[in-house]
Amino acid sequence: MAKITFDGIEVEVPDGTTILNAVRQIGGGVVPPAMCYYTPLKGTGGKCRACLVRVAAGSAKDPRPMPKLVASCITTVQDGMVVENTTSQQVMDVRKGIVEMLLINHPLDCPVCDQAGECDLQDFAFEHGVSTTRYEEERRTFEKIDIGPLIQLHMTRCILCYRCVYTADQLTPERVHGVLGRGDASEIGTYIENIIDNEFSGNVIDVCPVGALTDKTFRFKQRVWFTKPVNAHRDCENEKCCGRVTLWYKGKDVLRVTARKDQYGEVKEWICNTCRFDKKETSDWVLEGPAHINRASVISANHYELPVVNPQVILDLPESTTRELEHNPPLRLGGING
Amino acid sequence: MGRKLLTEHINVEGIDTFEVYRKHGGYRSVEKALKTMTPDEVVEEVKKSGLRGRGGAGFPTGMKWSFLAKPEGVPRYLVCNADESEPGTFKDRQLMAKLPHLLIEGMITGSYALGARTSYIYIRGELLYVLRILEKAIAEAYAAGFLGENILGSGYSLDLHVHPGAGAYICGEETALLESLEGKRGNPRNKPPFPAVQGLYARPTVVNNVETIAAVVPIINDGGDEYAKLGVGKSTGTKLISACGHLNKPGIYEIELGVPVEEFIYSDEYCGGIWKGRDLKAVVAGGSSVPILPKELILKTAAGENRLMTYESLSDGGFVTGTMLGSGGFIAMDETTCIVKNTWNFSRFYHHESCGQCSPCREGTGWLEKVLHRLEHGHGSMHDIDLIVSVAKQIEGNTICPLGEAAAWPVAAAVRHFRHEFEWHVTNPKEATMPGAAYRGAPVLA
Repeated sequence: MAKITFDGIEVEVPDGTTILNAVRQIGGGVVPPAMCYYTPLKGTGGKCRACLVRVAAGSAKDPRPMPKLVASCITTVQDGMVVENTTSQQVMDVRKGIVEMLLINHPLDCPVCDQAGECDLQDFAFEHGVSTTRYEEERRTFEKIDIGPLIQLHMTRCILCYRCVYTADQLTPERVHGVLGRGDASEIGTYIENIIDNEFSGNVIDVCPVGALTDKTFRFKQRVWFTKPVNAHRDCENEKCCGRVTLWYKGKDVLRVTARKDQYGEVKEWICNTCRFDKKETSDWVLEGPAHINRASVISANHYELPVVNPQVILDLPESTTRELEHNPPLRLGGING
Repeated sequence: MGRKLLTEHINVEGIDTFEVYRKHGGYRSVEKALKTMTPDEVVEEVKKSGLRGRGGAGFPTGMKWSFLAKPEGVPRYLVCNADESEPGTFKDRQLMAKLPHLLIEGMITGSYALGARTSYIYIRGELLYVLRILEKAIAEAYAAGFLGENILGSGYSLDLHVHPGAGAYICGEETALLESLEGKRGNPRNKPPFPAVQGLYARPTVVNNVETIAAVVPIINDGGDEYAKLGVGKSTGTKLISACGHLNKPGIYEIELGVPVEEFIYSDEYCGGIWKGRDLKAVVAGGSSVPILPKELILKTAAGENRLMTYESLSDGGFVTGTMLGSGGFIAMDETTCIVKNTWNFSRFYHHESCGQCSPCREGTGWLEKVLHRLEHGHGSMHDIDLIVSVAKQIEGNTICPLGEAAAWPVAAAVRHFRHEFEWHVTNPKEATMPGAAYRGAPVLA
């Protein structure tokens, strides 16, 4: 076991845990954002640099600070490590820079993007970005690529997190898409304009942090914040499919089916394309109840659960939130009650 | 002329053949190492020599070798990084083309020291003719019994392969090189784990520059102590400098580390001064990635001491008034050079060569290039000058591999020392965009 201090909060985790996963056990506002790391997918992480943190002391044995900021998603903890995230101005400044870099070639077409409302980049930019841009040049654009009847690939929005590549690698027998080209000309593509066709291809939609891969059966049907997520399950014939999903309702209609995501937007159990695209009747499913939606999300429209709050940052919260927290005990405090 | 250790016989006719190379004392280090020394003794000799990596970072080679993990029953690899593609650096190409057996000899001795049974030379794809020279030389070495099973009856066996890259600067970064060698896309890996623990095929691996491996030969022949007598302080031995730009005698020079920069540029023994009788304006001392320095700072340090061609002296003053020895790509620019154009040209290179894996470098290198293009072509504003400094700062230190820094440093240094040239481009766009236009003014020294 290794004990680390993260933003002044102590947490003990098994050896070999990454800093990010250790902090997720604390939870709350101190958790660094992650745009490319995806726990269930081996090999992800280290690319977007959104989760950079400062290691103020490497370990109990060698308490020297690390010379550069490190990606918390791939750096493993050492006993006695001291890490700074929200408490370091340097980290906050660098993160602002990362948002800027990710956005300079992003089309910012949120008003017409299906991902809006559940977009990791949108949340990231909202929390850490600035409201103006210093970028005057033309943005990079790509032609939309046809990769079959179910999934839309719109490279212009892609932030090259590589998640969909790892998903296809680790979930399906033969990967037909990958990263072509290099530098800011690199793109996700099938060589040449192939169709992605296998039983689990739909999962790339769920892992995509932005609106680059979207569900063709749901495109432009409804804004996500007007739909209501409900957890449901069915007995799926496919062995690899867990059959546990979230149905997104508008009135009585199931508009789309997705795998269940945890609070960090990660899918832990994959679903097959039959569940995702073909079972859109309530009668296909056994309903379980409303899905958990993070309060900060626009989807929850402020009437779902209270946030996990770290005592250290409680002072920074808007007054309305603190008032609500006081009036709605029990207050779940990250890091103190576990 | 100082002592030459690597290039002493470079001009002997037929030195690229095994017989001639052997006649001039070739493969003595292999005989000495395999017959009279243990692998650890070879590593110890290299440690004693104080040899530092010649690829750019200047990390002590002996130390790197001793870091190599040596688990039982697991193969280890020595990989030679011959993917020389830094603008301004062209020393390895010549060394391999003229003296292929020197590299092979170094590879055998080095592999023996590290206990590697298979070694690779990863060569830049554009150097196809050098690849053929190396392959021919390797075949000769096999035929002479210096490669293959049971070399010289010592019981040590080694296979050596040459593998060409496919035209990517990023594959000169050691982990990207290993990915490429494994047959994957040449993306740098996240570190740790370092190659010394998990390198090629997830086995312990040492990656060394061509010149570093070649330098092992004289070290074993004459002893590490003898090698360490050359040079100054922690910069021991000799170094190949590929001098280019506005010099009377550009070319590759093997210098003893410690030669004053002024002597290197102006003496007839080396570069013979600036061409056409012009004045020197600036120097990029170690390949395009290192900070550019104006004449005043490259000849003397900020403290007024003579700057020497050593790792320490060139980096004296940090990045405020110093630079780096880097890979030894010495680019001299005369007074007619436009620094803005030069900086734009460099950043165009890095934009083109960024692998696109991590966001600051992928987006930042392109942004830098676009803003510099605007400045160079007279469409920039004063605000753009601060913008490129700020973007460079956002890239530096936040990327997976050092390409981010390599792209950011030259820009930051150019603005630091030649800000007035950038400003001149903004205030006098018409003049600045005339062909061959260059501003002449006093650079900022601190």
